[in-house]
Amino acid sequence: MASRISTTMDAAAFVAPAGGGEPGTVGDIHASDPVITVRGGNVHYGETHALKNVSLDIGRNEVVALIGPSGCGKSTFIRCLNRMNDTIEGARVTGEFRLDGQDIYAPEMDVVMLRTRVGMVFQKPNPFAKSIYENVAYGPRIHGLARSRSELDDIVYGSLRRAGLLDEVKDRLDRPGTGLSGGQQQRLCIARAIAVNPEVILMDEPCSALDPIATARIEDLIDELSQNYAIAIVTHSMQQAARVSRRVAYFHLGMLVEVGATDKIFTNPSHRLTEDYVTGRFG
Amino acid sequence: MNTELQPPDRNLASAQVRQIVEAGLARRYRRERRFRAYGLLSVVSGVLFLGFLLATIALNGYSAFRQTKLQLDLDLDPVVLGLGDGADAGVLASADYQAVVKASLGRLFPQVVGRKERRELNALVSASAGYILRDMVVAHPELVGRRITAWLPADDTVDMLFKGRVGRGPDAGGQLNQAQLAWVDELIADGRIALRFNTAFFTNGDSREPEMAGIWGGTKGSFFMLLVTLVLSFPLGVSAAIYLEEFAPRNRWVDFIEVNINNLAAVPSIVFGLLGLAVFINFFGLPRSAPLVGGLVLSLMTLPVIIIASRAALRAVPPSVREAALGIGSSPMQMVFHHVLPLAMPGMLTGAIIGMARALGESAPLLMVGMVAFIVDVPSTPLDPATVLPVQIYLWADSPERAFAERTSAAILVLLGFLLVMNMAAVWLRSRFERHW
Ligand SMILES: Nc1ncnc2c1ncn2[C@@H]1O[C@H](COP(=O)(O)OP(=O)(O)O)[C@@H](O)[C@H]1O
Ligand SMILES: [Mg+2]
Repeated sequence: MASRISTTMDAAAFVAPAGGGEPGTVGDIHASDPVITVRGGNVHYGETHALKNVSLDIGRNEVVALIGPSGCGKSTFIRCLNRMNDTIEGARVTGEFRLDGQDIYAPEMDVVMLRTRVGMVFQKPNPFAKSIYENVAYGPRIHGLARSRSELDDIVYGSLRRAGLLDEVKDRLDRPGTGLSGGQQQRLCIARAIAVNPEVILMDEPCSALDPIATARIEDLIDELSQNYAIAIVTHSMQQAARVSRRVAYFHLGMLVEVGATDKIFTNPSHRLTEDYVTGRFG
Repeated sequence: MNTELQPPDRNLASAQVRQIVEAGLARRYRRERRFRAYGLLSVVSGVLFLGFLLATIALNGYSAFRQTKLQLDLDLDPVVLGLGDGADAGVLASADYQAVVKASLGRLFPQVVGRKERRELNALVSASAGYILRDMVVAHPELVGRRITAWLPADDTVDMLFKGRVGRGPDAGGQLNQAQLAWVDELIADGRIALRFNTAFFTNGDSREPEMAGIWGGTKGSFFMLLVTLVLSFPLGVSAAIYLEEFAPRNRWVDFIEVNINNLAAVPSIVFGLLGLAVFINFFGLPRSAPLVGGLVLSLMTLPVIIIASRAALRAVPPSVREAALGIGSSPMQMVFHHVLPLAMPGMLTGAIIGMARALGESAPLLMVGMVAFIVDVPSTPLDPATVLPVQIYLWADSPERAFAERTSAAILVLLGFLLVMNMAAVWLRSRFERHW
């Protein structure tokens, strides 16, 4: 979907939301058993206020889809959850971000530890320029998760199996991961992420570079993974959001406009902006 | 009259469009052809100049790879050699071999008797003939007392004449007198003069005698110097680049350092030579003319080149690689050493080789640290006095003997060969290790 945003309309619509009250998030931001809690999250990139006062929970074993027009801050939001924004110069994050009640931005929070607990899958498949085996083994190896070669083998095979890739690659584990097809590469990245057994997996448009068949496989995979992991997935596809997620969060110009159960958002959104977006009036 | 605007006739309009485009097309194509012609012209002229340069050097230099030699029957008579009976190695090494050579020439031309004439006759053979004979006998002491036939290098004046580099008279550059010319003619008629592969050119150090001068000293000097340069500047340069690119905070100090590194890359190389003289020789008291000092000086010169190339190589590694590594919980250090560095390495190595190639061709800063001295011995460590190939070329180009001219060109050919090999190595590295991500 192309991004054709009419800012004047948006701004007007936002100042006066459906109910006519204060601007804020419509719907219930809470999850019953939250693993991630964000309260009043703000991100500035230099002068740009990219994320504005966002509060949201992500529950255990829950898939939350983040949707919204391009540039509305979806990536910015999930990158706050594993502090990937730390690497961006001039990025400033304020507000409360918690993983299992621990402050993600507290000085005593170790970033390396955080990122083993909050894994990430990126938009463009980015396997390491190493063998398929090494791609998956890398995380467990640097963290010292396997005490022996056979333990490492178990982790690698298990992760590849859970990522639905093992059958396709089991006789070429020593070949470079970059030689796989796009969909296989993305599943390899997922296998790499789950090899360190994170609590949360962040996915930033994981299927946007893939064909429909590869996309369908990843969606099935997300479904399976949701039994064990909390997943936050950014997507531009309503169908995808509808298929894989339990809750949907709609972002607009850095604000979290509406959160709700997936079927509610797609069939009966409360906010006009959400309605405009999900009905395809802009996006 | 119908004033209502008619919708434009679509067919007509597109016909017009076609016409306009067609009219413009010819011009566009002309422009493109002209541009291509200019490009081709510059490429062709560049290639022509290069070809001309190479052809000139090759034509001037190829003959130095062969040396004119004289076939002499040598009587290794212990009496002539000045040996008593039980001769040991030490005595053998200090015997008078030149006398054997002279005696052999005397037998060939018994009619030559006067002192002056004899001296002129002996001048046809290289002054080094005796040393070559000595080495032969020391290696095979059983030769003493026998008569052997050997090809010994002719003097450079004969060499030049035989190769046709000079004519017969003084007007044509020849340095042989009538009598000498007659002897040479006689030797040629006897088949006692021939061109042989010039091993000495590749195995000897420098010499005052062109027929004895070789590039091995300069080559080894260059090798030691490059070794020092590589060992110092590559690790330093790569570490500096990694620090600046991956770890350094962005602030005024780092910017200042960056600007200075870039400036350093543009400093004329002779300045580094002056610095080397002041710091390494005068202050630290390191030996003059040593490849170690030359290598230190060239490290200063190569360091910024390597830093700049390495930083470019690091920057060319896509951010997705870094994100992937960080996303799985690598520390910044692990990210750099496990993922970024392997991808950047070909670029860094290419930069290093190009820096090395520059250092190999450098002579100006080395003049400042004394590597311009006339050194006959081939260095065996980086601390021995030595010269390097470009300086050797400079020294020979400065020598008056006609025979040094062809050796200058031949040494240039060898140097160009080394440079070519290094640049090919850089290209090979780039294609061999370039990975796709
Ligand atoms: N590294 C950055 N530096 C400056 N501005 C950025 C950077 N990344 C994103 N932004 C800005 O932040 C806003 C939100 O971006 P992003 O989170 O990437 O949007 P989304 O993922 O929803 O398309 C955009 O206006 C974008 O221009
Ligand atoms: Mg995005």
